[in-house]
Amino acid sequence: MPAPDPAILARKAQIVDRLRHVLPPDAVISDETETRAYECDALTAYRCPPLAAVLPASTAEVSAVLRVCHEEGVPVVPRGSGTSLAGGALPTADSVILGVARMAEVLETDYQNRFIRVQTGRTNLSVTGAVEEEDFFYAPDPSSQLACAIAGNIAMNSGGAHCLKYGVTTNNLLGVTMVTMDGTVVELGGAHLDAPGYDLLGIICGSEGQLGIVTEATLRILRKPEGARPVLMAYDSLEVAGQVVSDIIKAGLLPVAIEFMDRPCIRACEAFAKAGYPDCEALLIVEVEGSEGEIAEQLDLILNIARSHEPVELREAQDADEAGRIWLGRKSAFGAMGQLNDYMCLDGTIPVSALPEVLGRIAEMSREFGLEVANVFHAGDGNMHPLILFNANEAGQLELCEAFGAEILKLCVEVGGCLTGEHGVGIEKRDLMTHQYAPADLDAQMAVKDVFDPQWLLNPAKVFPLAASQQRRTPLAAAE
Amino acid sequence: MTLSMTEETRLQPTSEAELADAVAADPGPLRIKGGGTRAIGRAAAGNTLDTSGISGVTLYDPGALTLVVKAGTPLAEVETLLAENRQRLAFEPMDHRPLLRTEGSPTIGGMVATNASGPRRIQAGACRDCLLGVRFVDGTGRVIKNGGRVMKNVTGYDLVKLLAGSHGTLGILTELSLKVLPAPQASATLIFEGRGIRDAVALLSQALTSPYEITGAAYDPQRQKAFLRIEGFAGSVTYRAGKLMELFGSFAPVLEEDPERIGAIWRGIRDVEALHDDDGDIWRISCKPGDAPAIADRIDDATLLMDWGGGLIWARLPTGTDARQALQGLGGHATLIRTADPANTTLPVFHPEPAPVARISAGLRSRFDPRGILNPGLMA
Ligand SMILES: Cc1cc2nc3c(=O)[nH]c(=O)nc-3n(C[C@H](O)[C@H](O)[C@H](O)COP(=O)(O)OP(=O)(O)OC[C@H]3O[C@@H](n4cnc5c(N)ncnc54)[C@H](O)[C@@H]3O)c2cc1C
Repeated sequence: MPAPDPAILARKAQIVDRLRHVLPPDAVISDETETRAYECDALTAYRCPPLAAVLPASTAEVSAVLRVCHEEGVPVVPRGSGTSLAGGALPTADSVILGVARMAEVLETDYQNRFIRVQTGRTNLSVTGAVEEEDFFYAPDPSSQLACAIAGNIAMNSGGAHCLKYGVTTNNLLGVTMVTMDGTVVELGGAHLDAPGYDLLGIICGSEGQLGIVTEATLRILRKPEGARPVLMAYDSLEVAGQVVSDIIKAGLLPVAIEFMDRPCIRACEAFAKAGYPDCEALLIVEVEGSEGEIAEQLDLILNIARSHEPVELREAQDADEAGRIWLGRKSAFGAMGQLNDYMCLDGTIPVSALPEVLGRIAEMSREFGLEVANVFHAGDGNMHPLILFNANEAGQLELCEAFGAEILKLCVEVGGCLTGEHGVGIEKRDLMTHQYAPADLDAQMAVKDVFDPQWLLNPAKVFPLAASQQRRTPLAAAE
Repeated sequence: MTLSMTEETRLQPTSEAELADAVAADPGPLRIKGGGTRAIGRAAAGNTLDTSGISGVTLYDPGALTLVVKAGTPLAEVETLLAENRQRLAFEPMDHRPLLRTEGSPTIGGMVATNASGPRRIQAGACRDCLLGVRFVDGTGRVIKNGGRVMKNVTGYDLVKLLAGSHGTLGILTELSLKVLPAPQASATLIFEGRGIRDAVALLSQALTSPYEITGAAYDPQRQKAFLRIEGFAGSVTYRAGKLMELFGSFAPVLEEDPERIGAIWRGIRDVEALHDDDGDIWRISCKPGDAPAIADRIDDATLLMDWGGGLIWARLPTGTDARQALQGLGGHATLIRTADPANTTLPVFHPEPAPVARISAGLRSRFDPRGILNPGLMA
C-alpha cells in the first residue's frame, strides 16, 4: 500500500474532532485499540488500522462525513461487513473507514412490483429473510451470505452458486442512493427496469467503493420456485466431467447451479464433512428447479447425458435429507480447507471449454511450486475457485503462494478468461491488471473515477496498479 | 476504406484499426451509423461514419453460451446462426424499423448502442445484462476493450454496461461479446379478452409473482387484451400453462399453443405494432409496473401499448404533447422515440437528468470524447 500521508496523520485530532461534530459520539471510533477491529477484511494477510472509523446511521450522516473528509483531503475506505477476499476494505493509516453496518433497515417491500428497498448495511441473507414469508427471495447468494452486506455485494458485483440462472448482483439491482466524495447525494434507477440516459447504475455496481458510498439499494425480488433438487455425478476424468457440463448446456438445459470439485477438494471435504462423496477425479453437483414434474423432466435429460459419459457414480436426491447431504460437502469446502491449512482462494474465470486444459496446467504448476491446490468452482459459468494450500507460519510460503496464484490468474487470462469472476480486484489482483488490460483500457476506467471522485480520495489505492494510478492519486507529488 | 461523396462524406472503415485512424484524423462531428434503423434522438450534424464494413462472427461457442461478433454484423445473420444451433439472444431485441419508419439492416452494434430489449427483458434481462464484453474506439481514436467473453467478470469497472445504451456518444463499438441462451422446446401464451387497464395490470402482476416463470406480460388497451407467455421444455410448459389457466380460471383466458401464432403475437408486441399507423409522437415510458394505470389515466388522447407487466408503456401522443407530465411524483422516465416534427419540437428526447446526474453524464462524455465529435448533442 502507498505510504500514509504524514500531514494527515499529524492532523488526526482535528479530523476526529470535526467528525464528532457531525456524528453522534459513539459513531466515531479513533481509539487505537478499537480501530484494530477495522484493520483488515477477509484477506487477513494484510492489515493496517485506519486513522478512524465512522459508523453513520443515515444517508445524511454519510454525506456529512464525506464533506468533512473531502475538505480535509482525507481518504475514505467504505466498508460493509468486511468479508472481501480481495482486500477491498483494507484501510491505510491515513484513511477513515466508513462502515455502513448501522444502516440495515428494510425501507420498502413491494411484492406487486417485485422489489425491496433496503439500507445497504443489511446482510445478503437477511434480505431474503425479509421476504421469505411471502415466498420470495433475493437471488444472488454468495457463500458468505450470512455475513456479507448488500453494500459489499454491490461494490464487488458479487455472485453465487445460483447465478447461472439468476445472474449476479448487477442483474438484480434496480436502483441506488449513493453519496459521492464531495457529499452530493445521487439517486440512480428505482423501481423501473432501465436507465433514462447512461447506465450509471451498471458502472456503480462492481466499482469497488471507488465512485461513491452506496447507502440504499432497490433490489429485484423473485418468487421462489416450487422446488429444487440436486444430483451428484462422479467421473474418473476431469476432461469427461468438463464435457458433461458442456453437453448439458448444449442440450438447452439451464440448471440453477453446476458445481465442480476435483479430487483434492473432494477428499478434504469428505474428511471434514463426511458427506459420503465417492473418491473420484471429478465430482459435479447439478441442481434444477421447478415442480416435481418439471424437475423430473430436466433430470431425465441430464441423467441421460451423464450416463452416456460412463460415470463412476450417479446419485439422485430422493428427499430433502439426501439433497442436503449432496450439498453438505460443497458448502463446507472452504471450512474444510481452513482445517487443513491456510489457503488462498482465487476466482479467475475461464471459457468453459478451456476447463480440462486449465485444470491440467494448474496441476503441473502445483508440482513446480510445491504447493497443493484444490479446485471447487461454478462450472456452468467458468468461474474457478482454485484454493492454494500453504503454511502462513513458514517463512516465504505466503509469497510463494501469491506467486503461484498470480500464475494461475495469468493462465485464466491467456485462455480467454479474466482475473476475477466475483471477488473483485481490491489490492490482491491490482498489479495483475496489466495482464488483462492495455494501458488505454485502464486509463478509460480511471477516467470514470476522475469524473466521480476527481481527487481520488475514495478507496484510492485499489483496483488499478499503483504505478498506473500514482499520478491521479498524488497529483501534487507527481507535479513536483 | 471507401469514401463516397454523395450528399455528404461517408466514412466506411472495414476494420477496427481503420476506424480508429479515421476518428483520430477527423475533426468531426461524426454521425455514427450501424444499420441506420434505430434513429433515436436528434440526428447529429456532420459526416456519417458507417460501421457496417466491420462485420463478421469472431467466435461462437455454443457449449459456453457465448458469441463474439463485430459491431457491423447484421442482426439477422446472427439470429440465423444462433437458430441453427437452437440458441438465441434471450433479450429479444426489437426491430425499430416499422415504428421509426426507417429502412436498412439492423446491426449488432446498433442493437447494443440502443440497449434494444424486448418483452423477455422481465425474465432474461436486457441487452446490457447479456453483454459480456465490448471493444470500442473513443472520441480520440483510441481502441479500448472492457469485459471479455466469460459469463462472470468483475475485473475492473464495468464499462460494458456504460457503453450499452450510450447511443454512440461515448465510443464507437467495434466488437461485442454476448451471452446467448438455449431456444426453448415449447411455448404457450394465455390471452385474456375484455380487460380494462387496472384489471389487466393486476393480473399481469399476479402472474409475475407466481413461480411459473413468465417470459412475456403485455397488455393492449385498444383491443382490451392481456397476454402472458411461458417457455421451456414441453412438459414444463404444459404444466405451467395448466396452472395459470387454473389460477386465472375466472377470467376465462384462451390458451394459444401454436408456435407460429405465438411468434406473431410477441413480435407484434416487441415491435409495438399497435402504434405503427398514424402520425404523432411516440414515447417510451419506463415506470414502476403498478403505476401504469395511473400514468395511462393522466395521458389524454393517447394510444398505448404496455409491456413488462406495465413497466414499459409505449404511447402515441399528438405531436408536441409532453408525456413526462404524467410521471410527476411517480418516478420513472420517458424517451421521445419518434416525433412527427423533429425540426420544431422543444421537448428533449432523453429524460432530463437531475443536476448531479447530468454533471456525471457530461463528465463522462468529456472524458470519452474530449473533442465532442461523437454524435454530438444526441443524448445531451
Ligand atoms: C467464506 C467466504 C465466502 C465467500 N463467497 C463468495 C461467493 O460465493 N461469491 C462472491 O461473490 N463473493 C464471495 N465472498 C467474498 C465477499 O463475501 C464478497 O465480496 C462480499 O460482497 C463482500 O461484502 P462485504 O459487505 O463484506 O464487503 P466489504 O468486505 O466490507 O467490502 C467489499 C468492498 O466493498 C466496498 N464497500 C463496502 N461498503 C460500501 C458502500 N456502502 N459503498 C460503496 N462501496 C462499499 C469496500 O470498500 C470494498 O471495496 C466470500 C467471502 C468469504 C470470506
